[in-house]
Amino acid sequence: MNVDVLIAGAGPAGLAAAIELRRLGVSRVLVVDREAEAGGVPRHSAHTGYGLRDLHRVMTGPAYARHYVRAAVRAGAEVRAGTTVTGLSRSPSWPGLPGGPEPAADATGLTGPARPAGATRHAGGPDPAGAPDPAGAPDPADAADVAGAPDLADAVSPANAAASTGPTGPLSATLTGAGGIETVTAAAVLLATGCRERPRAARLVPGGRPPGVMTTGELQQRVYLHGQQLPGRAVVVGAEHVSFSAMLTLAHAGADVVALVTDQPRQQSYAAFALAAAARWRVPVWTSAAVRRIAGRGRLDGIELADLRTGAVSFVGCDTLVFTADWIPDHELARLAGTQIDPGTRGPAVDTALETSIPGVFAAGNLVHAAETADIAAVGGRHAARQIAAALRGTGPPRTARIPVTVAAPLSWISPNAIHAGGPPPARRRFLLRSGTFRRTARLEVRQGGRVLATARARLVPGRPVHLDAGWMDRTDPSAGPVQVTLQ
Amino acid sequence: MAAPPEAADVAIIGAGVVGTAIARTLARYDLSVVVLDAATDVGTGTTKANTAILHTGFDAVPGSLESRLLRRGSALLRDYAAQAGIPVERTGALLVAWTGEQRRALPEIEDKARQNGYTAIRPISASGLYQREPHLGPGALAGLEIPDESVICPWTTPLAYATEAVRAGVRLRLGSRVTAVRAGPGGHALATTRGTVKSRWLVNAAGLGGDDIDAMLGGSGGFTIRPRRGELIVFDKLARPLLGSVLLPVPTAQTKGVLVAPTVYGNVLLGPTAEDIDDRSDTDTTAAGLAALLEAGGAIIPDLTGEQVTATYAGLRAATEHRDYQIRVDSRLRYACVAGIRSTGLSASLGIAEYVVDRLGGAGLPLAERSVAAGPPAMPYIGEAGTRPYQDARLIAADPDYGQIVCHCERVTRGEIRAALASTVPPADTGGLRRRTRAMNGRCQGFYCAATVSAMMTAARSAASGGPATDSGQAAAGRPSPELGRLA
Repeated sequence: MNVDVLIAGAGPAGLAAAIELRRLGVSRVLVVDREAEAGGVPRHSAHTGYGLRDLHRVMTGPAYARHYVRAAVRAGAEVRAGTTVTGLSRSPSWPGLPGGPEPAADATGLTGPARPAGATRHAGGPDPAGAPDPAGAPDPADAADVAGAPDLADAVSPANAAASTGPTGPLSATLTGAGGIETVTAAAVLLATGCRERPRAARLVPGGRPPGVMTTGELQQRVYLHGQQLPGRAVVVGAEHVSFSAMLTLAHAGADVVALVTDQPRQQSYAAFALAAAARWRVPVWTSAAVRRIAGRGRLDGIELADLRTGAVSFVGCDTLVFTADWIPDHELARLAGTQIDPGTRGPAVDTALETSIPGVFAAGNLVHAAETADIAAVGGRHAARQIAAALRGTGPPRTARIPVTVAAPLSWISPNAIHAGGPPPARRRFLLRSGTFRRTARLEVRQGGRVLATARARLVPGRPVHLDAGWMDRTDPSAGPVQVTLQ
Repeated sequence: MAAPPEAADVAIIGAGVVGTAIARTLARYDLSVVVLDAATDVGTGTTKANTAILHTGFDAVPGSLESRLLRRGSALLRDYAAQAGIPVERTGALLVAWTGEQRRALPEIEDKARQNGYTAIRPISASGLYQREPHLGPGALAGLEIPDESVICPWTTPLAYATEAVRAGVRLRLGSRVTAVRAGPGGHALATTRGTVKSRWLVNAAGLGGDDIDAMLGGSGGFTIRPRRGELIVFDKLARPLLGSVLLPVPTAQTKGVLVAPTVYGNVLLGPTAEDIDDRSDTDTTAAGLAALLEAGGAIIPDLTGEQVTATYAGLRAATEHRDYQIRVDSRLRYACVAGIRSTGLSASLGIAEYVVDRLGGAGLPLAERSVAAGPPAMPYIGEAGTRPYQDARLIAADPDYGQIVCHCERVTRGEIRAALASTVPPADTGGLRRRTRAMNGRCQGFYCAATVSAMMTAARSAASGGPATDSGQAAAGRPSPELGRLA
């Protein structure tokens, strides 16, 4: 099977990208998801608050997921659930591109009909989707939702074009599902595989290994997809947005939530949300507290909790323990494909076009910024779609050397984490950052070599996004080395 | 309770790798055999939590029973594994000396290997080590190569033995803790938590409880079990390319050191610690243990510390005050004591079984071979080296459940879970299902699949309570194929 774009992951980013690709006239868009149902994490996140910045309305997670799946199908994308990408490599049949042993990252761009060599456009040319999407602007994807799949007169179909000349695409993916094992060649691939919470083992929490210890992802599926009840006492580890969400899910499942515990000195969600939750469910947030040991054999007895200020250790009995946040991108496919990994985000390193180190392989959503809200993931997916469409048309920016964008502690990551001369601004004209510490008023400084490109004010809260306007991109010097973002 | 006591020619206490191996060996003869275990599954004690290495026995104490049975057992198990589909990879091992003292110990180890009948051992230079293992940390001085050391699946092994035994008529009575043993005119009367069992002969393969059982028979054994706890860390599969062989430490007077080994599931294992403890059920991991392992592992393979931890666990070795196995057969009591099988039980299991059964025969147990032998069963293959069901197009075509990946990290399909739930020795809980399929054993530790897998387990249980579970073992062709979930 040949497609123009293969999208791995049918969550908000992947589906928003599919809708936008179809709107831009890309013919064959295949979205696969390994879960039995498309829609991604919002499927089992029953609370409201979804859709604010991408759909300009507010709905629950499941409704939001359904909306995107339907919209993608209406837009003419093929959405296939229960299908895993079990392999991704350069297509061996593709002439002019290395097939196997040579590292794919060495390839210097897509060649052949999918993207004729040299068919680049001048730096600073118009974005194929029009002006970059400023936050809050009316959304073209909404039009697509309503109107259904537009059959643009000037629709491009690189796969069709290629079919007449032989091999059909530079990337080859193996898809595995109940229908069998299939090889799909694609002119471009978008990785939108999302992120997950690190489990207790990855956090090296010692002790016993009884059942009843889980992540929010597992909790939500148990409660909202399988209707499980979780009677007894529960403790939530973490005090970010998702931790409060876990608390709501536990309450819904009949649990008595004892506390949210965090090793941070303060909770990290929005104050109003935290206060409301505390008042409504009378759940305290225990700060500067760390889980030292999980007690229980065969069943969970409780946890040993250390007060980081005094060193005192106390025992808290519970029947359920939920580890929240501490996100890590689901980067297996990206790593197996050989994309360069950013040490900060731990997802594939991407430039402002959301292209990875492998030409033709793009990445969006929480794979490149774990974790942002679903609407931000969707906006990123849409941004990637525009860049992919331009690359397929041969109207993308010229492929110049990547300039890495790095951060230093206490900043933990920046996304995207590379730019190039003539490259587009990132989605919403902003870079996203994370901090490891609280700072009420911080000053970010963007430097390249000895030169300060920009400074910006920011409030730092661990686990919460920090935004950096991309205006400084024009002032970079392609030959002056990496750009570094630090605290002044 | 009033049910008449169950009678057998031989009762084996302990369904670990040693007990099931003996059961499987006895099943070849015209005897009625019952296996008792306090746990609800086979292989839940020392058997399930170890370093998963199929040892050659090169470093055993020359002339010891352990040396002899290890050498014999490891050869037998290699053949058996090939027939039964137990995952084994002959990775070879490199014994690495990091200090002058360790380096000086190498010739003696080489000499000992030859005394143990293992002649393929050979010295390897520092440059040879780095050529073989480019990710090895700095400071390796010299080493020994043991080309036949292998890694094995410690879970499939006792399951294969038990499956073969049960299919040959051996009764497996799990969840039956032996509380007292009385000698009577007809033999032994074993009081268990689930009724009485009478047997003419008794085999004590109770592992960590070996001395307790021995005491019930008069306490003539002359040994005490002092559990030695070993903590281990399992690294993400993405770490697997960091090493090719098992990397063994050189034991010195001060420290035994830890090893780094590939696993047959495609992970990397680091451990074990060695700590003598009193509590025979304390399989907790500790902060100190995990920290020590990470430090040691970081010196052996520095890149390992950059990879994610998938799981941590601890196992208890049934150590005694003696260095050798404690195997005795008492013809007067018609009793075999098989104890002190410290950490080589998996590798030696078939050698131990052969030896014990031979000795029982010598003590008067009638060993009349059955005319029809069952032979090794075909176990579901859960290793990475061979073809997994999700990679088998023909299997998926015959049964689409084998294309439906449920556990994404380990790529376990619905078909495999279904088959495990209906197998000859079915799992009693999700832990048992993990050991049979690898489901939920991966990096997300259930974030994605635990809820679904638990639901399958519950459904299978309620179906089983309605009627007897069928023993399908492998794919049942012609089942209605589940919805593929194709939305477009």
